[in-house]
Amino acid sequence: MFSDFINQFWPASIDGLAFGSIYALIALGYTMVYGVLRLINFAHSEVFMIGTFGAMFVPFTLGIDSTLTGIALVGVILAMIVAGMLASAGTAIALEQVAYKPLRKRGASRLAALISAIGASIFLQELFALVVIPGVFDRPERGRIQMGLPRLMERSELFSIAGHPVRVDQVVVIVAAIGMMIALDALVNRTKIGRGIRATAQNPEAATLMGVDINNIVRMTFLIGGAMAGVAGALYLISYENTNYYIGFLFGIKAFTAAVLGGIGNLRGALVGGVVLGLVENYGAILVGSDWKHVISFTILILVLMFRPTGILGESLQQARA
Amino acid sequence: MNKKTSSAGFRHQLGHFGDVVHDRWLRAPGWQRWIVYLLLIVCALLLPSESIGSFMSPDTDWATILFFPIGTYVVLAIGLNVVVGQAGLLDLGFVAFYAVGGYAMALLGTRMGWDFWVILVVGIGICALSGITLGAPTLRLRGDYLAIVTLGFGEIIRITARNTDSIGGPTGISGIPHPPNLSEDFELFGVKVFKYGVLDPRPYYYLLVALAVIVIILVKRWEKSRVGRAWAAIREDEDAAEVMGVPTFRFKMLAFAIGASIGGAMGVLWAAKSVSLNPNDFQFLLSATILAAVVMGGSGNLPGVMLGAFVVAWLPERFRELKDYRMLIFGAVLVALMIFRPEGLLPSRQRKAEFKEGSGGMGTLGAEVPGPESHGEEVASR
Repeated sequence: MFSDFINQFWPASIDGLAFGSIYALIALGYTMVYGVLRLINFAHSEVFMIGTFGAMFVPFTLGIDSTLTGIALVGVILAMIVAGMLASAGTAIALEQVAYKPLRKRGASRLAALISAIGASIFLQELFALVVIPGVFDRPERGRIQMGLPRLMERSELFSIAGHPVRVDQVVVIVAAIGMMIALDALVNRTKIGRGIRATAQNPEAATLMGVDINNIVRMTFLIGGAMAGVAGALYLISYENTNYYIGFLFGIKAFTAAVLGGIGNLRGALVGGVVLGLVENYGAILVGSDWKHVISFTILILVLMFRPTGILGESLQQARA
Repeated sequence: MNKKTSSAGFRHQLGHFGDVVHDRWLRAPGWQRWIVYLLLIVCALLLPSESIGSFMSPDTDWATILFFPIGTYVVLAIGLNVVVGQAGLLDLGFVAFYAVGGYAMALLGTRMGWDFWVILVVGIGICALSGITLGAPTLRLRGDYLAIVTLGFGEIIRITARNTDSIGGPTGISGIPHPPNLSEDFELFGVKVFKYGVLDPRPYYYLLVALAVIVIILVKRWEKSRVGRAWAAIREDEDAAEVMGVPTFRFKMLAFAIGASIGGAMGVLWAAKSVSLNPNDFQFLLSATILAAVVMGGSGNLPGVMLGAFVVAWLPERFRELKDYRMLIFGAVLVALMIFRPEGLLPSRQRKAEFKEGSGGMGTLGAEVPGPESHGEEVASR
């Protein structure tokens, strides 16, 4: 068992980093919404799911069925990421307007928001299984069956670590995720909108008095979080080449675990938490078998919530200096 | 404008009518209440008759769906109501206890050859224990966090059952024994009431009614006792309850254990009827559905919760022609309900008042984010 671990250490690390980047991108949505609204956006998992289908739409309409190279490949990948972002951000904003805003206005209970989110989640899943996948993707009667993406790029080896190959798609995922994180960090720390988000997270009433339009800030928070989930969806699709209407559930819980692990409300924490979760999950899978991968994540979630609910980094969006 | 006021007026009148009935009920002497209770039980016993069934479910066998999903959901909702409605603990993994009960019946029945009645008692004990084991580490958490952790536990139990081959793995367990016949030929309205066979679901339904009646009596007693008041105090404000000398942790554990036992008892009964079970019978969606039933009916109010469970279980069966779209509609209805009637279809009077005050005892969502337009009232109301 231990020699297994040594043998598989590097492949598991690379895979864990790729998966962890995706978790981290989704976790950003949870963490931002929690920071601003103190609300666990339960339906965020569906935002990710819709991101994968948004990205799927590009190769589907272009009718791509063979591998691409050069400019065409880069163009298609960028288009997929943008499509995923648009689909997810749109969903996130619609979700806020329909399922949360009326509750927020009335000062409804958290339980009400949770039930509303579960309802929205079921609705979106079924909408895709029954209407969107059979209709838009021309798969009548097969809405609930996994949908594959034709291979876009040759999965050639880019370089190797300790004799283990690192494939192009894995590098694309990790690099794109890091790029997105840097962009988001700059957005939150350097722009006017970012200042508004931080101010609202710290003290909504004071922010209102200082002239921050809170409704707009909440909308922007959902938009940015949704866009990140869209990027995650596109990257997942490019790397793992399949998706289905139910994919959000597991990814949602795992990304939430990542957000909690890093310290919910903390943007950099989401990154740390995502990567740590991705790695631990993969290392654990070597040790106890891949059947137990999900159990490992759930156990981590429970242990973190019990023993260090503030997460690894602890400091949150509310306490961050303006 | 006019339309809005008139509909509000109508709702007000309806609410007033409800209050009048409720007041009358509260003032009724004990013997009148017992007559009503007896009538309700007789109605429950007559429910599986074909004439009602032909209207309630023309497409499926009424007595069968009366046991599952309708009756099962009702009992599970009563159990979850103790946890969510009375103690205010958000549990998203309730199905785990139902699963533990089901697996207890399946394993002890097939491997050890134990009797249904013995397993029922043992199963309730196991579930209470598992409720305590789950509660002990997690009940220090509050609100959403507790919800997520219970969800995690629910999934862990399901995946563990799926991955453990010695308890059947993904295929589950089959050949679960039926309860032993209490009487071979005792008949009531042409039904062999105490003969638990494969074909007739009605004896099981009567067993379920008996279970439900016992559970309702117990839960009602608890609600009216010191325990129930402690739960209400915890639900409304845990810190205040603690300061007032309520041992909150112990009472939260008790709520968890009671809820788990009820879920487990239902699991045992369900497994004894259904012959086989597998891990996929215990999906997260079932937890969410039962929680939705509780909230939809009016969290904390027993008749409301039962109505909610009935509606949630029956509507999809009744409208089979919409079979594909029923979950879609269900999701949309949940959202609409939370927007327009967050206190549920049939809330208790106390809860209604709490909702008017604002939070419904779960901590508010919007209070932290007053919009520019609502800010004035926010300050004024303090």
